[in-house]
Amino acid sequence: MRKTQKLLFESGRPGRRGVSLPALDVSARPLEELLPQAFRRQLPLGLPELSEPEVVRHYTALSTRNHGVDSGFYPLGSCTMKYNPKVNEEAAALPGFALVHPCQEDETVQGILELLYEAEQYLKEITGMDRITFQPVAGAHGELTGLMMIQAYHRWHGQNRDKVLVPDSAHGTNPATAAMAGFEVIQVPSDQRGLVDLAALKEALGPDTAALMLTNPNTLGLFEEDILEIAAAVHAAGGLLYYDGANLNAVMGYARPGDMGFDVVHLNLHKTFATPHGGGGPGSGTVGVKEKLAPFLPLPLVERGEAGFYLDHDRPQSIGRVHSFHGNFGVVVKAYTYLRMMGADGLKQASADAVLNANYLMHRLKPIFHLPYDRVCKHEFVLSAREQKKMGAGAGDIAKALLDFGFHPPTVYFPLVVTEALMVEPTETESRETLDSFAEAMAEIARLVREDPERVKEAPHTTVVGRLDEARAVRQLRVRWSKEEA
Amino acid sequence: MSGRHYLPLTDRERGEMLAAIGANSVEDLFSDVPAAVRLQREMSLPPPLAEGEVLQHLKKLAAKNRHSGDCVSFLGGGVYDHFIPSVVKHITGRSEFYTSYTPYQAEISQGVLQAIFEYQTMICELTGMEVSNASLYDGATALAEGAIMACGATCRSRVLVSRTVNPWYRQVLRTYMDSRGLVLEELPMAEGQTDFGRLEAALGDDVAALILQRPNFFGLVEDMAGVADLLHARGALLIMGVDPLSLPLLQAPVEYGADIVAGEGQSLGSPQSFGGPLLGFFAAGQKLIRRMPGRIVGETVDKEGNRGFVLTLQAREQHIRRERATSNICSNQALNALAAAVYLACLGPGGLTEVATLCLQKAAYARERIASLPGYEVPFPGVYFREFPVRIPGTAAELNRELLKNNVLGGLDLAPHYPELGNAVLLSVTEKRTREEIDLLVRLLEGYR
Repeated sequence: MRKTQKLLFESGRPGRRGVSLPALDVSARPLEELLPQAFRRQLPLGLPELSEPEVVRHYTALSTRNHGVDSGFYPLGSCTMKYNPKVNEEAAALPGFALVHPCQEDETVQGILELLYEAEQYLKEITGMDRITFQPVAGAHGELTGLMMIQAYHRWHGQNRDKVLVPDSAHGTNPATAAMAGFEVIQVPSDQRGLVDLAALKEALGPDTAALMLTNPNTLGLFEEDILEIAAAVHAAGGLLYYDGANLNAVMGYARPGDMGFDVVHLNLHKTFATPHGGGGPGSGTVGVKEKLAPFLPLPLVERGEAGFYLDHDRPQSIGRVHSFHGNFGVVVKAYTYLRMMGADGLKQASADAVLNANYLMHRLKPIFHLPYDRVCKHEFVLSAREQKKMGAGAGDIAKALLDFGFHPPTVYFPLVVTEALMVEPTETESRETLDSFAEAMAEIARLVREDPERVKEAPHTTVVGRLDEARAVRQLRVRWSKEEA
Repeated sequence: MSGRHYLPLTDRERGEMLAAIGANSVEDLFSDVPAAVRLQREMSLPPPLAEGEVLQHLKKLAAKNRHSGDCVSFLGGGVYDHFIPSVVKHITGRSEFYTSYTPYQAEISQGVLQAIFEYQTMICELTGMEVSNASLYDGATALAEGAIMACGATCRSRVLVSRTVNPWYRQVLRTYMDSRGLVLEELPMAEGQTDFGRLEAALGDDVAALILQRPNFFGLVEDMAGVADLLHARGALLIMGVDPLSLPLLQAPVEYGADIVAGEGQSLGSPQSFGGPLLGFFAAGQKLIRRMPGRIVGETVDKEGNRGFVLTLQAREQHIRRERATSNICSNQALNALAAAVYLACLGPGGLTEVATLCLQKAAYARERIASLPGYEVPFPGVYFREFPVRIPGTAAELNRELLKNNVLGGLDLAPHYPELGNAVLLSVTEKRTREEIDLLVRLLEGYR
């Protein structure tokens, strides 16, 4: 089972090549005329030299050493690893999208501008927001864009508000983003229900509060029931409410952030709207805002005029650009395709099934693992392996043991408010049989922990490599291949 | 019901599962959503389409756009019409890669992890730098992250950027720096190149770094002699935005003393896609690695000593360090990094040098022919790589409309960014452009004036 795959640099032979190129069809000028010697590269260029079949074999071998949603269940909490429809890939690859340059004249990209315009209308309806920008390309990028707009809004109103409140259950990107935008981060504790501690929140709010960043349902998979009171308190203090849309998949058609009082929303199109995660991107961190923040949106925005669609660059209050061009347009095409196939009923059913699958699986697992917040969940739930930890194998070990059953493990050790956390998000695209077999695997692992914790601590046993030594990777840092070290 | 083929649950199963939980209906599962925030109506979205219908609809939208498949494109400025070997899309189209996420579970993510490790090595080879991360969003945000990192590393708050850096990148830099309370200052240009005569005076004890681009936005290769020394003597860093495709021919950034190298990698195997997804690459010297933004893959072993790869130095990152992280970045552009790695694996050092040489030669041919046309002028002398500016009679919009009549996507309008040039466009000539296509452009320009 165990087997290493040679690196590209350890394969091939000098002189091999995996591409054919056209001959030069203009008269060749001596290189020295075009490029003075002093500007020329002296350093050798140590790229691998392989034929096309070798390149294909190498990467095909690598692909078999990787688990994707198409390989099997991937209940990675807060990541919404739902199935990615194949038709989306075909749509984004159409030459009329994939081969278009971002600086073409507006009249040559009317279909693209129409798609962006329509996608904005749909996402406004789904979120209850007033305007949308597609420029941010990842969730954290959307957060940054949102906080920059909030900052610009306060500055415009002559207010110096430099604190951003973040619940202790928040994604790590929330505090990191707030710091990156120059804010001071204030942590708000959760209460016994796993929800924002309202009293503590009110205590923390003040004339220096720029915003509260909130995920709803939160990272415990619980709906913030006091959301209207939270929104009222934040707004009364002069702050704005930011919605981290990582968990929107739970509530489509049931509730909208715009109606909950949120002023800025980011959406992870690669989560809720079924575009693939790409091994860690590209995604899209599309941002929606209420009217009062619209003037601060990044430029340009798509508008519809008498002569057709156009890009509006004339936005004097805009925070500016956050991306070289128009964001991950190719990802937006995939999300748009998904939206057009699902329609309003389909999206609502997706959320209903996501929540049903999560509650069903939670119900099956709670006799086996400690469930710190035992109440109806939304699209995900968080277990604690604290009992198993006492027996010698914690959440991380359980995750590794799941690999031997062919499952991608849940998110582990997050959220931080739960000790030995296992954060499970099944999504709506999994069958009941899959949920059942996952529950059985978890029960089997729990039994193993009781009987033979050492075996669990040594898992995985069936993967292409055994458990990897992460501490050594830091200690003996090697982040590139080199001939000398080989 | 729409989208049903993505949803495995049958009504019967839904009923059984609800019964197992002890719920009467799905509504029970939403009982924690207060009535006051419940959407009391159906969402108003267009009726759902079947798969065949949606594809027809998308094809109609796509058909309303012109593109480098039905036109001859001379557009550049950060995104280019380069040839992409078929291999690239077949590999990135393998769903074990593209349907996975950030490789937190290393033992079942060796495919992505090894591919990124190889990618990091290739970026180091191209730039000559010691370390590379796993990718950032695009060229613009990569430079912005570099500027922020330089401020952190030097404990300084002012960054200089040359006016010859891509204007959109400078806008993104401005957005990022303003928000954080850092100062961005422009270094003027002379004759289309950074006015290095003004550098010494612009430097001060608060300057963290200078950002340059090579080739610069006009396609000019600036002379880097002495620049890094001047900066380093004043405690400032040199941040270079480079085009990876130029590096087989041009000096590697390490050869002229760059400290941070960032840029756009779209030219390595990613389609133009209206400007996204792109690929931000980021490399630096070893001593800066703990300040680097983004994911980094490192080599290690399992208990039996088998080589494997993991995400490493995660203590820099948001999920561990939260508000003290080096950056907020989480998702990046991993699939574009994979495309770049596959592209570079196919081309190898020989193929890549050949592509760069084809660009250089063809662009020189086009530049000389156009410069000889009455009414047209290449405003700046110097060494060009793949792009060049041209002063034109009339506006860019007018000219481009004329060119489009002959299925040519013409120049990028320089007037909004460099009004001092008057009416001018930027033209880009990649290895894909044939002599026939260049001659067509020349004829059309000649006929237009």
